[in-house]
Amino acid sequence: MRWLRENLFGSWASALATLAILWLAWTLLPPFVEWAFLKAVWIAPDSRPCRADGAGACWALIAEKHRFILFGTYPYEQHWRPGAAILLLFALYAASALRRFWRPALALAWIAGLALIGVLMWGGVAGLPYVENERWGGLVLTLLLATFGLAFAFPISILLALGRRSQLPAVRALSVAWIELVRGVPLISLLFMASVMLPLFLPEGVSIDKLLRALIAMIVFAAAYLAEVVRGGLQAIPHGQLEAADALGLGYWRKTLLVVLPQALRIAIPPLVNTFIGLFKDTSLVVIIGLFDLLSSIKVALGEPAWSGFGVEAYLFASLVYFVFCYAMSRYSQNLERELERSRTHVLKGG
Amino acid sequence: MRARAAAVQLALLAAVAFVLWYLASNTAANLEARKIASGFAFLGREAGFEIGEAPFLAYGAADSYARAIVVGLINTFRVAVIGIALATLLGMVLGLARLSRNWLLAKFAAGYIEVVRNVPLLVQLFFLYAVITENLPGPREALSPLAGVYFSNRGIAFPLPAPHAAHAWVLAALLAGAVLAWGLARWARARQARTGQPFPVLGAGAALVLGLPLAVFLAAGAPLALARPEMQGFNFAGGAILTPEFATLLFGLTLYTAAFIAEIVRAGVQAVDRGQSEAAYSLGLPRSRTTRLVILPQALRVIVPPLTSQYLNLTKNSSLAVAIGYPDLVSIANTTMNQTGQAIEGIAIIMAVYLTISLSISALMNWYNARIALKGARR
Repeated sequence: MRWLRENLFGSWASALATLAILWLAWTLLPPFVEWAFLKAVWIAPDSRPCRADGAGACWALIAEKHRFILFGTYPYEQHWRPGAAILLLFALYAASALRRFWRPALALAWIAGLALIGVLMWGGVAGLPYVENERWGGLVLTLLLATFGLAFAFPISILLALGRRSQLPAVRALSVAWIELVRGVPLISLLFMASVMLPLFLPEGVSIDKLLRALIAMIVFAAAYLAEVVRGGLQAIPHGQLEAADALGLGYWRKTLLVVLPQALRIAIPPLVNTFIGLFKDTSLVVIIGLFDLLSSIKVALGEPAWSGFGVEAYLFASLVYFVFCYAMSRYSQNLERELERSRTHVLKGG
Repeated sequence: MRARAAAVQLALLAAVAFVLWYLASNTAANLEARKIASGFAFLGREAGFEIGEAPFLAYGAADSYARAIVVGLINTFRVAVIGIALATLLGMVLGLARLSRNWLLAKFAAGYIEVVRNVPLLVQLFFLYAVITENLPGPREALSPLAGVYFSNRGIAFPLPAPHAAHAWVLAALLAGAVLAWGLARWARARQARTGQPFPVLGAGAALVLGLPLAVFLAAGAPLALARPEMQGFNFAGGAILTPEFATLLFGLTLYTAAFIAEIVRAGVQAVDRGQSEAAYSLGLPRSRTTRLVILPQALRVIVPPLTSQYLNLTKNSSLAVAIGYPDLVSIANTTMNQTGQAIEGIAIIMAVYLTISLSISALMNWYNARIALKGARR
């Protein structure tokens, strides 16, 4: 009772807000539950039951199209390959999340894992039939775009961040130009540029496919944003650390690799994860240049006349999938921040 | 050491210059081979496509590409400016709600922020567009939650005051009031510095800013005839009508950006040490002046830089218009590129516009930051 009075009815305004929220929940929740669960059509071979009078949400669309949403137009009998690739990616994410595994071997595991995923997806060796990447799609393409994009953008971003703080004016100017030019324009313009201008840049007879072009745009874009986060980490390092490294007689690269980066990246991990979330969400933009990611395959499934008109269900499902990934990352980053904060203050007190 | 640094930089510049030259020469050869013209001469030619909505600047298919692109630019600014205003308002309310002592309100705001921030804007736009175009009834059966406001699958219609000659005078009075209030604030500050006597600037300023236009409005006989939307043929006419595309983009950008602004506001308020307000109270400052003179200036120092970057994000995100068919700058430039084949020029226009906006806002931001930074503080 006391808790109620203090936390819900502390003042007139507070009581009013409480009542307003309760009223909103009372009017909106029951119809929503009825629509989304009680009267929903869960399984149906076509949309006829969904179009019946009084039918609720048409989740049958998702049930019927789940293979397409997961794997796009990948050959049906080969679906175990993108499936295995997704599991492998999850294993890599999980291993990278555990601080126990934060050592150089993890980088090797990533390189090996990504190479294995490439073999699985393309095939053409070990009896696996070749699948050109025009046919990749669905959730697996979203994950691959995000993972490969970040894996390549991250090392570039470190170089850009170091370049922006370099003593050499030419290096600094080029880094600043990349970072500021890319951050000043929308990602769509970079994707357009990659899809229509990149073919013009290359000599006659050389062509790169759509997926690679989109990936290049994502890398260029992600590197600029990550570089600013890494720079924040670099700026947070106490000056005494650099002076101590100089006093030990370390050169620029040894000082950077052994003293500066290990500390700067550790400080930058929580904001880096937040930037990862943003870039993961941004992969959905490839739908605009006609790539087959999670969002596009849902859009294509909706485009069939048999299933048209169920956009609300389809996009709620898409939101749910993106939310699960992003929320997991954001919770992880918050926990990590707390943990790193604790270990740092602990060390300070102990030392 | 000096020589090595110079050599490294020279080599880097030479490499970059070589890559640029290589790309440029390939491009020139490719354009030649594909018989694509270059240059901006196409801007003067007839565009030949219609644009769904062209407010402020009349436009028809016979007008030039340049005019079409200006229409797109106006559409971008229209959605960005209204979106920024609404998102700031909603974000502030949400941010304060999340800090509220009311448990239910705080949880509600936190839940909203978590959900909206973790779903891509594009998915939200598609969702809103599906809600408006697939689930709302047709204009004849439009939902009308308030008299004169209609929600239908053709968009949202609501009444607007019919234009009247006196409205321009009211606007002029508002500007005059603002200028007078600014002068009054300067005078009051100078007087307080000289004599130590405070002047009720806030009340007097508000009276000037709101009172002057109100007086003009009443003197003109309060001309507030509403133009109500009416059914004409298959759609509404009169009043203000937001197309489904504009409504989707505006609400999508507002709801999305507000969640980010809410977090910024929360962080700003929490960044001010509790000791600051305690010190102000013990000096005898009343609550309102503590907020205005002690808390707000310090919170704003934390809030304003990330807030501007959210405004920039909203403007850049408005380019997602192309996915739902709202004719913004990117979408019209895209149509232009498809028709003329001059992709380089089209993308150059898009990038130049956004870079101009971004760089001028960050220049403004740096100036503002330098102004409000702690005196004597080092970066």
